[in-house]
Amino acid sequence: MQGAAAMREIAVIAFAQTDHRRTTDELSEVEMLMPVLHGVLEQTGLKTADIDFTCSGSSDYLAGRAFSFTLALDGVGAWPPISESHVEMDGAWALYEAWTKLLTGDADTALVYSYGKSSPGSVRDVLTRQLDPYYVAPLWPDSVALAALQAQALIDAGDTDEPALAAVAARSRTDASANSHAQVRGSVPQGDYVVRPLRTGDCPPVGDGAAAVILAAGDRARELCERPAWIRGIDHRIEAHGLGVRELTDSPSTRLAAEKAGAFERPVDTAELHAPFTAQEVVLRKALRLGDDVRVNPSGGALAANPVMAAGLIRIGEAAARIHRGESDRALAHATSGPCLQQNLVAVLEGDPR
Amino acid sequence: MSKEPVAVVGIGQTKHVAARRDVSIAGLVREAAQRALDDAELTWADIDAVVIGKAPDFFEGVMMPELYLADALGAVGKPMLRVHTAGSVGGSTALVAANLVAARVHGTVLTLAFEKQSESNAMWGLSLPIPFTQPLLAGAGGFFAPHVRAYMRRTGAPDTVGSLVAYKDRRNALKNPYAHLHEHDITLEKVQASPMLWDPIRYSETCPSSDGACAMVLTDRAGAARAPRPAAWMHGGAMRSEPTLFAGKDCVSPQAGKDCAADVYRQAGIADPRRDIDAVEMYVPFSWYEPMWLENLGFAEEGEGWKLTESGVTELDGDLPVNMSGGVLSTNPIGASGMIRFAEAALQVRGQAGEHQVEGARRVLGHAYGGGSQFFSMWLVGSEPPAS
Repeated sequence: MQGAAAMREIAVIAFAQTDHRRTTDELSEVEMLMPVLHGVLEQTGLKTADIDFTCSGSSDYLAGRAFSFTLALDGVGAWPPISESHVEMDGAWALYEAWTKLLTGDADTALVYSYGKSSPGSVRDVLTRQLDPYYVAPLWPDSVALAALQAQALIDAGDTDEPALAAVAARSRTDASANSHAQVRGSVPQGDYVVRPLRTGDCPPVGDGAAAVILAAGDRARELCERPAWIRGIDHRIEAHGLGVRELTDSPSTRLAAEKAGAFERPVDTAELHAPFTAQEVVLRKALRLGDDVRVNPSGGALAANPVMAAGLIRIGEAAARIHRGESDRALAHATSGPCLQQNLVAVLEGDPR
Repeated sequence: MSKEPVAVVGIGQTKHVAARRDVSIAGLVREAAQRALDDAELTWADIDAVVIGKAPDFFEGVMMPELYLADALGAVGKPMLRVHTAGSVGGSTALVAANLVAARVHGTVLTLAFEKQSESNAMWGLSLPIPFTQPLLAGAGGFFAPHVRAYMRRTGAPDTVGSLVAYKDRRNALKNPYAHLHEHDITLEKVQASPMLWDPIRYSETCPSSDGACAMVLTDRAGAARAPRPAAWMHGGAMRSEPTLFAGKDCVSPQAGKDCAADVYRQAGIADPRRDIDAVEMYVPFSWYEPMWLENLGFAEEGEGWKLTESGVTELDGDLPVNMSGGVLSTNPIGASGMIRFAEAALQVRGQAGEHQVEGARRVLGHAYGGGSQFFSMWLVGSEPPAS
């Protein structure tokens, strides 16, 4: 990143999410999205017309049809016409695009949202369509089976064992007790094997949900938010697609993104990690050098609610909300995409000194 | 807030054809990217980030193909973003990449858009049934034909104008080695005698289905200074969106298109587009959209666009050449079509457009749209760096 010192100050100033649920048959994507859009606007007192730039993240493959994001725009209210863009990625990357737009000075405020409904299909099957279409996808290896390969590699390397993974699950779901939006909360049995060595408790719940945040630059952020969550750095990196050429027990892309985002310059007190599987938290903790003194996933994380395409944006939102509430001074947020942590984004958020 | 000036220093595209059976999707995008790097005389190591775009994932049946394409595009260890804004995506992708440079987040960015339509069926991809939603089973032509009819009724344009556009674009394509359709025996009579598909749109007034990719290397002022060939400089770029369907929408001349153009002209200091802009690559998938967009983009008064077309102003040797490359009517790898417009605009101001070069082109507009005339993205590039 060039000239980071001269960069414009940009903050997350509002965050809202749905209650994440196993099914939302009675709601369209637009209907699911509307309350969170209103939520962030109400928190800031802004109207749609006050927003300079809008960016969203979603996936046609979850919706089961092409151009699925076009109707979501109706929920935003794009009239008069708005400056708007979309990434076919988790909303965390939509936030990244909005952040660059604000950095250019062409916008002072941005609305970022994302959503995903996994309930209409089998998300395990759907995610196989992300794989190399010629050599891998025809074999239909599903997302749990691939995560199990990663977990077994970690166990074989002596980095973890099944009781330790169960403890990650238990801690996440206990923490989720305090999160009214979470889908799975409280004491949940670890359950039977889904794909060895992963049990039900090691896997994320399948569910539907949406999230939205508002970004603002400089003094605009201070006007609209009592304690803005300043984005001190944000970066994302991708790795090779083929699992055979990757070291599954490590996440070099996360480490590099964290380094570029400035995560290692000073310790963080909170980390919201997008680790849909328990074993992935082990990988991420190591890559991010998180000590036991860092509060990891106080929201319950993706093991408590994993609305695909929104779960990464929610990590940024949860980290920012803790800063807004004064529960954190410097937080790290992480989002992932692709099989076995192929692509990773890291953001470092800070509140003003108290 | 000062922005870094953005320069296009490398452009590459594939020879667009109906089916590239000799390459995988990865092979296709690699080919365009390598050509863009060669043009810039850079290597994969010189690229700081990759921004990729394409139209719906259902067109090839691969969900979020950027994951699979990371290796082929030299993105491993780098940031990679995937943009999707329907038909305007090629343009939007270039603008997202340009913002990374303008914001000084990265120095040199590779941007690429593609579609390999032969790997699936685009009509099917657009027609998956949704509960409680009216399906567009007629495809894109069925959606746009009534709006063309509305334009004809509103302006009194004679029904020969559409065939003039198609005849011009297909002749221009003969001068572009990368264009998909090379109809050497094309005549105006053949266009007019072609079957009616969606009245008033005839077969020869529609775009083909293509396999193809387009790539550009975007860089900052320092990068442009090192470039071996002239750079195209970005003078303005914008995106605008409006809802697909609502009572107040003007489907003939959408407000989002007007606003997007106005924003670009403001950034570029264009007072009179007809006078100040030398040529236009616009997104014309059905021939009648040339006169419609001429009005929407401010090159003609409302109701007058067809007169520019009819009088030959938009011919390659006319006063305001439009779609010198042959346009979307001659080449349509959907996700790449917008980026090809942006890249062709840049080729023109670099003086690198070969046989379809417009002499002395200094400021050229690249235009893309998508959805139900819902999403717009445009940029204006010049042969000189922007003033500020």
